[in-house]
Amino acid sequence: MTSPADLSVAGAARGEQSGDEAAQALFDDLIAKDSRIEPRDWMPEAYRKTLIRQISQHAHSEIIGMQPESNWITRAPSLKRKAILMAKVQDEAGHGLYLYSAAQTLGITREEMMLQLIEGRARYSSIFNYTTPTWADMGAIGWLVDGAAICNQVPLCRASYGPYGRAMVRICKEESFHQRQGFEILLELMQGTEAQREMAQGAVDRWYWPSLMMFGPPDDQSPNSAQSMAWNIKRFSNDDLRQRFVGMLVPQAEVLGVTLPDPNLRFNDATGQYDMSEIDWTEFNEVLAGRGPANAERLRRRREAHEDGAWVREAAAEYARKQALKSAA
Amino acid sequence: MSVDRLALADEFAGAGAAGDGAVASADVAEYALRLGDDALVLAQQLGMWIARAPELEEDVALGNIALDLIGHARSLLHYAGTATGRSEDDLAYWRDEPEWRNAWIFEQPNGDFAHTIARQLFIATYLFELYGELSASTDPTLAAIAAKSVKEVDYHRDHATQWVLRLAGGTDESRRRMIAAVADTWPYVDELFHDDELVERLASEGVAVLPSRLREPFDEVIDAVLAEAELELPTGRTAFIASGGGRRGSHTEHLGPLLAEMQVLARQHPGASW
Ligand SMILES: [Fe+2]
Ligand SMILES: [Fe+2]
Repeated sequence: MTSPADLSVAGAARGEQSGDEAAQALFDDLIAKDSRIEPRDWMPEAYRKTLIRQISQHAHSEIIGMQPESNWITRAPSLKRKAILMAKVQDEAGHGLYLYSAAQTLGITREEMMLQLIEGRARYSSIFNYTTPTWADMGAIGWLVDGAAICNQVPLCRASYGPYGRAMVRICKEESFHQRQGFEILLELMQGTEAQREMAQGAVDRWYWPSLMMFGPPDDQSPNSAQSMAWNIKRFSNDDLRQRFVGMLVPQAEVLGVTLPDPNLRFNDATGQYDMSEIDWTEFNEVLAGRGPANAERLRRRREAHEDGAWVREAAAEYARKQALKSAA
Repeated sequence: MSVDRLALADEFAGAGAAGDGAVASADVAEYALRLGDDALVLAQQLGMWIARAPELEEDVALGNIALDLIGHARSLLHYAGTATGRSEDDLAYWRDEPEWRNAWIFEQPNGDFAHTIARQLFIATYLFELYGELSASTDPTLAAIAAKSVKEVDYHRDHATQWVLRLAGGTDESRRRMIAAVADTWPYVDELFHDDELVERLASEGVAVLPSRLREPFDEVIDAVLAEAELELPTGRTAFIASGGGRRGSHTEHLGPLLAEMQVLARQHPGASW
């Protein structure tokens, strides 16, 4: 991985060139040919900033996203489920690590990103501000939230920025297993007792709409989308991805025997799309503005882990420094 | 470990490794229960670090260790259950505190990161010696489980050792915490090496490893790690704690709440499958 020192040199070199039309032309050409931009290539400042914002938000989402599920690790109802849930939450930590590394190649440190997160200056996916009152939420999160994440993320494997695209390839492989284990949890519950079936339907009712909101505002209200699509960071519009997701869910819901909580949901032969009820964007905006069920709790918990662990990280850094001195002497 | 590899390992851990139709005798089942309970109680505790660790790398590392231990626990409990027709989950979720056979060190709380690491160092070092010997057990199921587990606890031991060195040799604060953690955990070490009639019987048949035989190699490793970390070996040896209470179902105050949390959902739905 590129060290921060390397990056500042690379950044300075780029700075000298930034007025250079040739560099811009080369960048435009790479984008037009749908090639990859690599860390040492010249890139417009706005492209760099957009990527740092998007990749770090994505990393934060993986990390905050560990919380609603880690909530059930100690209470998982069988040893097999406990093991699978632990592995899943641990995978999400790994995703966070890959993504922070990708963002670091753009000239920001992990410490800075972590501070942005715990000081409330950075966003993460709002979906993780919902709570997980029952075990069935583990199923619904895997099926719906990881499912929506896959729809959003598969196109990102071809994102123009090389380190981001490559991180996404690794992540997407694991996400499809996450979705499958969520589906299996719900299937087991739906084939179980009355109480288990109620638990499963309740969780689907809770997570269905928030998962649709994960694709972001409707296309006509999504200000950053056009530029991201022009830069080959984003490949499909929010509404297109939402349609795909619903198209994937409908047959799976039938297999499960759960009802998707939208009375107006049906396939429209004329448009070739699913008709659905209006999404409650007031709720979306409330959660986005920090007034969701668990926004404060999620940040508090991340801040605590960071602060409680400070002495450990300092010890590791100090030990490494002393070892380096020893080997230099 | 990721979910897909785990799913593949599943058959192995569930019915496979401990399965192939082998049925444990009452003595062997009791012995497997001790080892399985040790592994499960520790896995439960390490799982609590996930999403709370000092750095992301440790969320991953402690999660990996917990996953290994759950794998060991499942194999051992599955095997223990063959004696009485109970499943791994029957044993994990439907036994009350006095029926648990883990040693006390496993149920001692996580504390700060230094306490978790001290507990890890002592336990992983003990388990490494134990599983190494047990790989040669005359009981093929125990031998197979031990042979698989020894490679994993070797990594656990290395992970703990690296952290003991970092914390002892890091800042003043980390050194102070590491010293306190070693001193607090040390009294629970002796119980691990306590022989009783059951292990003596099983050891004479070559099935089990006599715990007292593991003490010398354990001390050698621990002495070396503490010396490198420039930590003094604590001297306190508490006869009461060393008397092997955990193996007879007598426990410290920490096990009850741990089990209550672990078992709560399963017990709300008797007979349900998940
Ligand atoms: Fe993820
Ligand atoms: Fe995931």
